[in-house]
Order: sequence, then C-alpha cells, then structure tokens
Amino acid sequence: MKDLFKRRETSLFVIILILAAAVGFRAHDFVTPGNFLFIFKDSSILFVVSIGQFLVILTGGIDLSVASIMGFTGMSVALLDKVNPNMPLVVIILAAMAIGFVLGSFNGLLVSALNIPPIIATLGTLSIYRGFVIVLSGGTWVSADQMAAPFRDFPQASFLGLSNMICIAIVVFAVFAVFLHLTRKGRDIYGIGGNMLASQYVGIDVKKTNFMVFALSGILSGLAGYLWVAFYASAANDSAAGLELQTVAACVVGGVSILGGYGTIAGVLLGSIFIGVVKNALSMIRISPFWQVAIQGFVILLAIVLNTVLDRRAQASMLKRRVL
Amino acid sequence: MEEPLLRLNGISKRFPGIRALDNVSLSVHSGEVHALIGENGAGKSTLVKILSGVLPPSEGEIYLEGRRVAFRSPHESQLVGISAIHQEATMFPELSVTENIFMGHHLTKRGFIGWGSMEKRTRELLASLDIGIDPRSKVKTLSFAERQMVEIAKALSINTKIVIMDEPTSALTLREVEHLYKIVRQLVADGKAVIFISHKFEEIYEIADSYTVLRDGAWVGEGQVKTSTVDQIVRLMVGRSLDQMYEKTEVAPGPVALKVDHLTRNGVFKDISFELRQGEILGFFGLVGAGRSEVMRVLFGIDRADGGEISIGGTKVAIRNPAEAMRQGIALVPEDRQLQGAILAMNIRENMTLPIISNLAKHRILRREAENEIAERYGSMLQVKSAGWEAPVNSLSGGNQQKVVIAKWLATNPRVLVLDEPTKGIDVGTKATVHKFISELAARKIAVILVSSELPEILGMSDSVIVMHEGRITARISRAEASPEKVMLAATAATAGHGGERSPL
Repeated sequence: MKDLFKRRETSLFVIILILAAAVGFRAHDFVTPGNFLFIFKDSSILFVVSIGQFLVILTGGIDLSVASIMGFTGMSVALLDKVNPNMPLVVIILAAMAIGFVLGSFNGLLVSALNIPPIIATLGTLSIYRGFVIVLSGGTWVSADQMAAPFRDFPQASFLGLSNMICIAIVVFAVFAVFLHLTRKGRDIYGIGGNMLASQYVGIDVKKTNFMVFALSGILSGLAGYLWVAFYASAANDSAAGLELQTVAACVVGGVSILGGYGTIAGVLLGSIFIGVVKNALSMIRISPFWQVAIQGFVILLAIVLNTVLDRRAQASMLKRRVL
Repeated sequence: MEEPLLRLNGISKRFPGIRALDNVSLSVHSGEVHALIGENGAGKSTLVKILSGVLPPSEGEIYLEGRRVAFRSPHESQLVGISAIHQEATMFPELSVTENIFMGHHLTKRGFIGWGSMEKRTRELLASLDIGIDPRSKVKTLSFAERQMVEIAKALSINTKIVIMDEPTSALTLREVEHLYKIVRQLVADGKAVIFISHKFEEIYEIADSYTVLRDGAWVGEGQVKTSTVDQIVRLMVGRSLDQMYEKTEVAPGPVALKVDHLTRNGVFKDISFELRQGEILGFFGLVGAGRSEVMRVLFGIDRADGGEISIGGTKVAIRNPAEAMRQGIALVPEDRQLQGAILAMNIRENMTLPIISNLAKHRILRREAENEIAERYGSMLQVKSAGWEAPVNSLSGGNQQKVVIAKWLATNPRVLVLDEPTKGIDVGTKATVHKFISELAARKIAVILVSSELPEILGMSDSVIVMHEGRITARISRAEASPEKVMLAATAATAGHGGERSPL
C-alpha cells in the first residue's frame, strides 16, 4: 500500500535516471560528479521557490509573481550590499526574506481579503513587482565587482563539505516536510485544497490559510532572490524573469495536482531536479540555443503526460483489485 | 415527560420569495431514532441545513438538553454535538480515512501531529462500528457505503449527541443497509439520538421509533411509528388543500407519437415501456433517484440504452446523440436550467436560437432578422418579462429563465417535448403561466412528457401518470383514477415487493 502512495515519485525518479543515462550516452561530460553537483546547485534555487509555489498550488491557487518577487528582493539586497559592503550576510538574508514576506502578504491580502482569484491577483503583481525592480535600479544593474565578497561567495562556499546552496535546499526541504506532515496548519493546506467547503465545515480558517501560503511563498521567493543574484553574481532588471512558469512545471512534473489538495514535497524536489537535468542536458549535447527553450517545454510536457498515464494506470489497477 | 435531547421551537426559514419552512417544531429524545418524513420539497433538507449550521433560521429557537443554542457555522453545530452525515460533499478524497476523521481537530503532542495515536483511535472507532477499512486508505478508493461509515466514525470521534442521516440508504446495497441499521441501533443504545430522513416506509418501520411529517415547509403531524399505519402517514404527507388550480384544456389524443419498449440502462432503470399520443400529457412521478430523469436523458440521446426500443410516429429510431433526437422531433427541457438549460451569460435572443442556429443562416452567415423574429415570437408567446431580447439571461428571475429555456426548445418545433421539473424553484405566479402554456402545447398536438416531483402538478396536468420507483415503473394510473394516495404509495411503499433487487448500482 505504501508503495502505491509513492508510485508517482518512483516513476518520476526512474524517468530522470533514464533521461540522464540517455544524455550520458551522447555527452560523457554529463555523467561526472562535478556536473551533477552543478545541476543540484542550479536546481536548488528552483526548488526553494517551487516549495512556495507548491504550498499555493496545494490550496488550489497559483502564484505567478514568485519570479518578480525574486527579482525585486535580489535587486534590493544587491543595492543594500553595494551601499553597505560591511553589512553582515545574516542581516542581508533576513532582509531578503522580510521583503519577500511583505510582497507575498500583499498577494495574500488580495486573495483572502478581496477574494480576487489567485491567477488574476498574482498576474497583476507579477508586473507590479517587476516594475518596482526597474524603479529601484533606475534601469541599471549591480555587477559582480560591486558586490562584497561574502555576499557573492556564499552560494559557492560550502558547509561541512557540502555546497551552501544544497544545504539551504536540504534545510528548506526538512522544515517544510515537517510543517506539511506534522502540523495542523500544514494539514489545513491539504484540507482546503482538497475540499474547501468541507474544510469550512470542520472549522478551518480558509482565509487565514490562503493568506499564509502566499506569505510563505513570498518569504521563500525572497530567500531565492538573494541566492539568484549571488549565484549568478549579477542583479539585473530581468533577473529570474520567467522562472514562475518553471516553478509551476516543477510542481506538476512532481505530481502535484494543479487543482489542489494533492502533492508531496519529495515530488517537488524531483520535479525541480528534472528541470535542472533537462536544462543542463540540452546545452551538454549541444542543442542549438535557438531550439533549447522549445525542446525544454516539450520534454517537460512529455514527462507530465508519461507520469500521468502511469499514475492513472496504477489507480485503475487498484480500483480493479478493489472490485474483485 | 422529561426534557428532550433536542427541541426545535417554531423554526421558520424564508428565502427571497419563498417560505421554505414555516413554524416547524420537533422533539427528539436520546436513545431514539426519529424519522423526518415528507415529499420532495417538503422542507426536510432545509431543516437539516438549519440543524447542522449551514443555514441560520429566520425565526425560532433550538434547544439542546434544555439549553438554547445557535450556530453560525457547521463547525459550531458539531461542537455542541450535532453531526450531519453529508456524504460526498464533505470528504477529502485525496486524504486518508484517519485524516478525514480528524481534519480540523488533529490530535497533537507538543504542537506536532500524532499520527500514531490518531491511527490507533481510528482503528478503535472503525472496530467499534464493525467496519473493515484500512485507516490509511485514501477516501477516494472507498465505496459509497464505506465513505458513509467513515462519516459516522467522524461524528463519533467528536463525541456527538445527535447524528442526522439524510436518506442514507439511497445508494446502498441490501447488505450495506443491514450494516447501517446495526450501527444506528448501536448509536441509540449508547444514548445518542438519530434523526433519520427517508421516504421509504419499509425503512421507517424497520428502524425508527418516532416521526415528524413535514409538508410544504410546515409541520403536519408527529407520532410513534408503532402506533401509526402507513395510510395515516401517507395521508399526512400528501393531504394538501388543493388551492392551486390547474388550467387544463381537454384534448382528444391523436395517433401515437412516441412508443418506448422495454428500455433498459443497466444499473439505472429497467424495462421502461409506455406510449405517448399527440396532444397527450404524460406525467412521470417518482421520488428523487427513482430514475425518471435518467430515462429522459436516454430518450434525448445524452446517455445510451443497454436494451429496448424507441419508435417515433411508428418508425423505430436509434438516438445516438441530442442532435439526432432533435432531428427526430424530441426536445428536452432539463431539470437544472442553470447547469444544463440556459447559457446564463448569453442574452435571450442568443439562447433561444442556439439549437436552430444553422437553420437561420444564409450562405453560412447568420441572419439577425430571422433571429430577432424567433426571439419575438416565442418570447412574447411565453410572456418572458425582461428588458428586451438583448438582456442577458442571468439578469432574469428563475421563472423567466425557465421560460427562455422552454422557448428555446419550442423553436425547434418538436413533436415530443420532455419537461423535467419545469416549475422547480419558481414562484407561484410563473408556475401558473408555465402550466397554462404546457396545456396550450398539448392542444397544438405536441406530445408532452412532464417529469415532476410535485404531486399536485402531476395530478393537475397529466392525462395519465406513470410512477417510477428505483428504476422501474410501479404504476400506470389514468387521470380519472389518480389520487394523491395511490400515486404516493406506488412511489414509496412498493419497496417491500422489490426488497431483494436493490443493488443494481
């Protein structure tokens, strides 16, 4: 029974392995520890933002503003660091999360207090927050040599032999795994996504929960915003632009129901890694850059279809067994 | 007598234009099963909604163990000890049985959820009810009966005092019904009270101790099941003052327009045979779930039959889809006009011309004058009250929306018109217009099938009545012989004769 629950994650894992093996056949550089480490590092930013997206999607909503929040917080902390090169990194990271919280809370208010559908509300703030980036930067960017060394080097540095980026991803994974599985608030998220009416019947505060997921998504996007500008050592006006769709893809590839109420954090992790693998593989096997985006989309779609078909078949066989 | 566990005093509920409940009182004692009886639309569901905190009453008081209570939400009603088994609507299909039972009141230890203790408690609850379900299975994998049992276990997990079951047996097999009875008896033996809503007399006599009858939203009687006969209860259910007049023109029926022979759809209805003549109005009566609408869906080609034949005007036809049905001259005005009948965001003209839109085109270009003409002709025939034919349908009242839907199908010039609950939820004045209009249609030699759950409407409008119960025809009664008691008996008490065949679903 337990295996059945994990079926979607297992099949995705197998899909990733097959994909990696196939790419490895064409490009031997692909299957090196160094390259895998790079993929994990690269995917960890996507994973952190995708967890926020995941929480929102679990409630049946969507947050299209995550990449704009990343862009804005990334620009803010890069400017903060440029002006105060001696500011401790901890303060910078906390500031990034605080800014993300404010922007995410605004989304939360639009959705829970004003009852605006999440897709509309965050489509609006996607543009607003991105617009703020340009207002803030005055149209310029912050380059690597304008950043203080600790600020820029943190993602590349390592803790106990493990890259800081990967450490952060592990901590985020652990915190949200506990939150979603072992706290009432976490279960409430599954509840309102699964059946909103029923959740109200058992006394769950739907508005508060909706607000909470957007605020959390904002905090995680804020954290990821810092990681992005530090990892790529540049804060531009279009930093992370377009990443919001990759976070949705990471969730859906990972088996999260776009209608809400179902999904696992392990699935989101695998979904993020899958997208990281695809992006990396395409440049490894020297696909023309003109084609990469289109092929990336095609492969993601293929993975979703494959995974859904496998899952449906598993469910059908389960039902059949029930009837017999 | 001691203070009852639950006492309702003068409960009324008004919706705009409708009085759903009028001064209803009810007493339920602990350790008893109280049956709430009434026709469709008698107000049972509204009463359940008030008791379970879904709707607030407009007037009246609720007393629990002698103390006045009021709830603003279903949660508050559960907290004082009233649980309604809502079935499907309130479950979390993707989550486990354990979680469905504890959602909203997960057991925690130092702030973290104790899955182990919740699962243990779930096992105990399920065992106490003799239910063999794995607490870890997802609810979406459970059968209907199992889900119901989980809902009952959920009610027990919060120490409920009163369990409300709204037609709990309607989708259960015979064996599942036995199990449910056992659980109900166990609940009352533990000193809880069960409010059991049903219109099957077999069931009421099997399980209930006392009863209350509602009719048209009002209290009409109560008593002990042991000392009451079926006849007495039926008379309470239907014996209304016939203050509604039905204008019906006598029409000499023409040749047979529609003939249905042994029509069967597996697990839904079986052996449905009838004839319908031009100018005749054939009433289909039955309680909710009797299979009437399902027969009509097959007639109109929405669902497929598994057996039987349909002939129109003496020729055998195969109706594979609604377009085919329309070509054969059948039109269906569906029951749920919001979902199936009208496209609310479109205007009146667009709605009316939708089924015949290709006839109104010339060289594939829609002719607006032709459209306007149709809207004008049928709109004024039915006296649709609106700000013109360009007004969106969602700006109209329920009754006028219904007129638009009827007009839409009339524009197809049908030979057979099926009206499924044409006056459901519309006000008395509009009802009269619709009735008058149905009668006019029959006078114009259209064959009409009238599906209705309203007994007076069926009796007032039909030339003959077919009564269905659990997917079968249980009576055919001519206008002259039809009485409310006869029709209601065929729709309910027939269960006794069919007890063994209840599990086709």
